Amino acid sequence: MSRFLLNRLLGMVVVLFLVCLFTFVVFFVLSPDPAVQICGKNCTPEAIDQIRENLGLDQPFLTQFWTFISGLFVGRTYGTGPNAIDCAAPCLGYSFQTSQPVADMIMQRLPVSATIAIGAAVLWLLAGIAGGLISAVREGRFADRFITGLTLTGMSIPNYVLALALQFLLVVTLGWLPFPQAVPFGDDPVQWFMNFLMPWIVLAIGAAAVYTRLTRANVIESLQENYVRTARAKGLSPGLVWRRHALRPALTPIVTIFGMDFANLLGGALITETVFGLNGIGKLAADSITKNDQPVIMGVTLLAAFLVVVGAMVVDLLYTAIDPRVRVGSAK
Amino acid sequence: MSTTSDTGGPLLRVRGLTVGFPTAAGSVEVVKSLDFELARGGALGIVGESGSGKSMTSLAIMGLLPKGARRTGSIEFDGTELTALRERAMRAVRGDRIAMIFQDPLSSLNPYYTVGTQIAEAYRSHRKGVTRRQARAVAIEAMERVHIHDAARRVDHYPHQFSGGMRQRVMIAMMLSMEPELLIADEPTTALDVTVQAQILDLLAEIRADTGAGLILITHDLAVVSEVTDHIVVMREGELVEQGPVERIFTDPREAYTRMLLDAVPRIDDEIGLLKTTASAEEDR
Repeated sequence: MSRFLLNRLLGMVVVLFLVCLFTFVVFFVLSPDPAVQICGKNCTPEAIDQIRENLGLDQPFLTQFWTFISGLFVGRTYGTGPNAIDCAAPCLGYSFQTSQPVADMIMQRLPVSATIAIGAAVLWLLAGIAGGLISAVREGRFADRFITGLTLTGMSIPNYVLALALQFLLVVTLGWLPFPQAVPFGDDPVQWFMNFLMPWIVLAIGAAAVYTRLTRANVIESLQENYVRTARAKGLSPGLVWRRHALRPALTPIVTIFGMDFANLLGGALITETVFGLNGIGKLAADSITKNDQPVIMGVTLLAAFLVVVGAMVVDLLYTAIDPRVRVGSAK
Repeated sequence: MSTTSDTGGPLLRVRGLTVGFPTAAGSVEVVKSLDFELARGGALGIVGESGSGKSMTSLAIMGLLPKGARRTGSIEFDGTELTALRERAMRAVRGDRIAMIFQDPLSSLNPYYTVGTQIAEAYRSHRKGVTRRQARAVAIEAMERVHIHDAARRVDHYPHQFSGGMRQRVMIAMMLSMEPELLIADEPTTALDVTVQAQILDLLAEIRADTGAGLILITHDLAVVSEVTDHIVVMREGELVEQGPVERIFTDPREAYTRMLLDAVPRIDDEIGLLKTTASAEEDR
C-alpha cells in the first residue's frame, strides 16, 4: 500500500515536471519576446535590455528553467540592487499586463471556479446516476428511450450554444432568473445562488448525459453478473438486489471518471465562465491568452495539470477503499 | 427404492414443463414437456450435454428464467403449485425452502461484500427481526458445517480470498443457513479440480444425510451423478430421454443416447480408442 502510494507520488512528480518543461518551452522560448511586449511603444534598446535582465531573459534556457522551477518551491528575486522584487514561493512570476503576482491572481479566482465545479458536479451526479438507473430499470421501454434520446441531445449541444440559449430563455424571455450580477455570498445569498445556477446547469447537462449513459450501461451489465442471479436465488427483494448487488459494482467505474472530470473543471471552465462573465480560472486563462500574458498562461496551465494529476491519485486511493479486491490481497 | 415417498406426495412433481423463448421465427423451446418427480429426501441427477435444457429446468423451478422466457406446465413443490405463485410469494420460497448453488462460485459471489455478509443477508431477508449479530452467528455456524476452518475469522473475508473449493463451500453454507427442503446444485463441481470435486460431492451427500433435504444435481458428468444421487433423468435437446434408478440406468440403459453418455465416462480399465461422440455434439449451440 505505501509502496503503491510512493509509486504514484513519484509518477506525479515526473508528470508535473514534464508539463512544466513543455509549457516553459512553448510560452517562454517559442513565443514573441516578452521584453518587447512589456516595453510598449516608446521603447529604447536599453530599456528592453533592462527588462530582459530583470526577468532573467538574458540567461541561458536551462538557467531560466531552473530559476522558474526553484521559484515554485523557494521563491525567487527579480532584478538586483534597490529595485529587486522578492517573489515568495510558490512563485509563478508576475503578470505582464497587471504586474500582479500570478499566484495571487490564481488564488483570487480559484474559489469562483471551485463554486462552479462543485455545484455542477452535484447536479450532474444526481441527474446522471438517477437517469441512468431509471433507464436501466426500464430498459427498452419508453422511459429508457426518452432518456437515451435526451442524453444524445445533451451531448451534442455545444456549451456556448447552451449557455446563450439558457440565458435568453430563463433571463430574457421567461424572466425566471435575474440578470447575472457578481455578488459575494454574504451580501445576497439568493442572488449569489441565481448567479451560479445557469453556469451549473450548462456545465452539468453535457456531463450528466455522459454519466447517464455510463450508469445505464454499467447497471445493465452488472445485472448480468452471476452474483445478481445468486442474490435473486437467495430470495432477496428486487430493491435489495438492485441496491446492493447491481448499483454498487456499477458505480465503481464512475468514481474514476468523476475524479478526472471534477479536477478538470476545477482548473477552469473556459467557455462557460467567459459567457457568463464569471471571474474564475477559465476566464483568467481566456483573458491571458488573448493578451499573450505568458506568466499567467503558464500558471493556469500548471494549476490545471496539478489538479488533474492529484485528481487521478485521489481516484486511485478511492478505488482501494471501494474495491476489496484491490484493498485486501488474497490470503490463501 | 428411495424415490418412494414416506409422507404424502413427492417433494417435487414436474409435469409437462415447457420453457420457450419467443423469436422472430416463432418460439424456440429449450425444455419440452418434461415430467419427473423427486421423493422427499431423494436425490435426483439431471444429466445431459450443454444445451440439453437441464439448467433451464432448474431456473424454471426457481422462477429465475431469463427475461422473455415462457414457462408452461406444472411445478408442484410440497403440494404447492409454484407456477401459480405471485412473485412475492415465490420470493419467500426461493432461498428459504428451495435453495440453489451454481457452477462458478467466484462469479456467483459478489466481490464487494464479505462472505459473512452475503450469507447473513439471505438469512436476514427471510427471517424477520433477526439482528445483525444473530445473522452473523448463523453465518459462522453454517461455515463450520461445511468444514471451513477458522470460520469465526474467515467470515469477514472476501470471496477472492478463498480458493475455488472453499468458495463453493461458502455457496453451500449460504443455502444451508436457510435449512431448505430442496437443494438444487447446477454443475457444482464443474469449475473445480478433481480432488476438490470429490470433497464437494461428499459434502453434498453429508448434508443430505444430516438434513434430509431433497437434492437435484445437474451435471453433464455421469460419474458425478452416480456418487451422490439415487435417481437419474437423462435429457437431450430439451426432451426427456429416459429416467430411472441409478443402478438400472448404469447397468441396463434402455436408450441408445444414454448408452453413448455412459460410454463417454472414462473408466480406468478402458482401452484407449477413438473418442466416441454423440450426434448432438456437432450441432451443439
